[in-house]
Amino acid sequence: MLFEDPVLASRFLTLMTLTFHIIYATIGVGVPLFIMIAHWIGIRKNDEHYIIMARRWSRGYMVTVAVGVVTGTIIGLQLSLLWPNFMEIAGQIIALPLFMETFAFFFEAIFLGIYAYTWDRFDNQRKHFLLLIPVAIGGGMSAFFITIVNSFMNTPTGFEMVDGALVHANPIAAMFNPAMPTKVSHVVATAYMTAAFLLASITAFKLLKGSRHVYYKKALYLTMKIGLIFSIASAIIGDFSGKLLAEYQPEKLAAAEWHFETEGEAPLVMYGFLDKNQEVHYAIKVPYMLSILAHSNPTAEVIGLNEFKPEETPPLIVHYFFDSMVTIGMFLLVLSLIYWMGIRRHWAFVRSTFFRWLIVLSGPLAFLAMEFGWWLAEVGRQPWILRGIMTVEEAATSSDYVNVMIVLFALLYIVLGVGTVVVLRRIFKNNPIEVELKGNDSP
Amino acid sequence: MSLEILGITVLWTFLFGYVIIGSIDYGAGFFNAYSIITGKQHILSRIIQQYLSPVWEITNVFFVFFFVGIVGFFPQTAYYIGTIFLVPGSIGLILLAIRGSYYAFETYSSRGHKGYAFMYGLTGLLIPASLSTVLAISEGGFVYLTNGSPVLDYAALFTSPLSWSIVVLSIVAVLYISAVFLTWYANQTGDVEATNLMRKYALIWALPLIITAGGIVYELSFHNPEHYERIVNLWWMFAVSFLLWILTVWFIWNRKNYGTAVWLLIGQFMFAFYAYGISHYPYILYPILTIHEGFTNRAMAISLVVVFILGFALLLPSLYLVFKLFLFNKEYVQGKYKK
Repeated sequence: MLFEDPVLASRFLTLMTLTFHIIYATIGVGVPLFIMIAHWIGIRKNDEHYIIMARRWSRGYMVTVAVGVVTGTIIGLQLSLLWPNFMEIAGQIIALPLFMETFAFFFEAIFLGIYAYTWDRFDNQRKHFLLLIPVAIGGGMSAFFITIVNSFMNTPTGFEMVDGALVHANPIAAMFNPAMPTKVSHVVATAYMTAAFLLASITAFKLLKGSRHVYYKKALYLTMKIGLIFSIASAIIGDFSGKLLAEYQPEKLAAAEWHFETEGEAPLVMYGFLDKNQEVHYAIKVPYMLSILAHSNPTAEVIGLNEFKPEETPPLIVHYFFDSMVTIGMFLLVLSLIYWMGIRRHWAFVRSTFFRWLIVLSGPLAFLAMEFGWWLAEVGRQPWILRGIMTVEEAATSSDYVNVMIVLFALLYIVLGVGTVVVLRRIFKNNPIEVELKGNDSP
Repeated sequence: MSLEILGITVLWTFLFGYVIIGSIDYGAGFFNAYSIITGKQHILSRIIQQYLSPVWEITNVFFVFFFVGIVGFFPQTAYYIGTIFLVPGSIGLILLAIRGSYYAFETYSSRGHKGYAFMYGLTGLLIPASLSTVLAISEGGFVYLTNGSPVLDYAALFTSPLSWSIVVLSIVAVLYISAVFLTWYANQTGDVEATNLMRKYALIWALPLIITAGGIVYELSFHNPEHYERIVNLWWMFAVSFLLWILTVWFIWNRKNYGTAVWLLIGQFMFAFYAYGISHYPYILYPILTIHEGFTNRAMAISLVVVFILGFALLLPSLYLVFKLFLFNKEYVQGKYKK
């Protein structure tokens, strides 16, 4: 079978579940903002196009949320099934945000259900719009609470370990751990950013396929503009994350940067490859940049990987995760900036086929960047599950059947993934915008 | 009331909520699939679409609440149950996923697929079956410790009459609870044909329910005499439950007060469920883990209770809104709004 060792098997199954779930979770957190903005503009400008936009987005959103509920339930229970020793510790100190997350999601689910099934029930559109506020808040709070749990795994605080037992637990201090502010804001901002490029990408694709409706032009401008805002926000927060890592998880930053020797005036190493002697070849080196990223000071000393025991350093592949995430993020920032300026200044090329293909690419790229970010966060924490306290080795289940479960869940995720695409295509193919707008107004 | 008792009461209440609304959901799916096979699809599918689609995510969250809550209040349970429950738990999750995806893929895209509906119906029976094994496991005798870590004895579990009785009871309960509820709901929609069909199902499953429930108590007298004795000491609660069962059946038999029948049914299960829970005290997992040993620290317990109260204050009005709009709204129930 795939893995003899239950620890590796558990890691792989968790990787698979999280990689799949995060796609739906990101849509679940990000898209409500866009439904809300579109609905609001529609009401303010009295523009039917934006109302329909909100309605169509929410229709697709319902499907992804439903699958997200499923995968979220899976990861929630899998944590206990695969990492029972970790959850025994976590339960004592970080169960509070997990519990809160359930409430937040409950809140979101309730109002989303109401919103989706009551389009024809309110005479006043504003009342119907109000239902979206708890949906967006619930989605944002879900991300907030669950990311707190993840940040706690990176910088655990609020308790002491005495002879293997957890004492002096302070659940509130654990929630407000050092990594919390940057991690939470990075996750939420990138969720909005990813959702923006997802919607922009679909819209650009429709335009390329020959739809000339002004509806799409409005949608594209709106999503690209918001995408730009959150790209900038994500980049700024990313910079703060670098400083946080330098202080609290220097080994993660060092591994992401292939920074081996502690030194000042450290350059930022992009790409390249390592030979047997850990020499970096063919890399792009930006002088002073790592020192700036870590400490806002071009001469500041950055701790290198050689300061750590080899068994306590993360796999060096995280370097590529980090570089890919940053590269894509920068590309999306520039792309949306050019588009936004181009539309304002009537540059013709932003309406060209080539540029639109770039926008089509932006959606998948944004998701890829987000996956890279999570792999960096999770693989970069290895060998720890709870940094400095418990390793994944100590946390994993002793059960022998994880292998079989990997196969079952892999099949399940394939079915769910394919099903999502098929169903979404069917929903929109049978009901194109031109048909939906007919009877409402003329284009 | 000590914090342990408060914690387990909160969790048991969530589980009770899940048992009731989950059963309605699971049973409805099964009846839907069954009616497709027997060619009576038109009778039930509309009711199921209307009632289940807006609320299934809420149903699911009750389950999540339970297992997230138990990790917080009784972290050692996460260790024991997590280790031994990998296989039945994963199977339950995959079945839940199939079920959730049915809602995701079928109801929002309005094109029925028979095979899918059939699978969806089947999961309605298999999920309670797989999840209820944890109740059998909790009675002890199926878990032994090797080098301090718990191992589940599958052979013993699969050959035990007790575990099979619990599985059968969970399925019968699902069908009965669901049939009684849908009788009332169909009656609200004014659909006489559907009401009669569901009434028939309710009456069919009423007797098997009591027989299997009695069977489990009998099995327990051999399997876990200590628990059996505590059940006997609580005989009055089970007696109340039995009376409520008689009343429910009586109302349904006489085709009146379907709404009261639903409340009586909830009362019946409440007494039986809490009596079972109380008699299980103090053990979570016989004889390894009690609620006292497995309890979390004081700070976590208090903060969980506070969050629980605040959360509930937020949720109750929202739930009220859902019920007002979907369950008790005459015009919606009668299908006067389009989706």
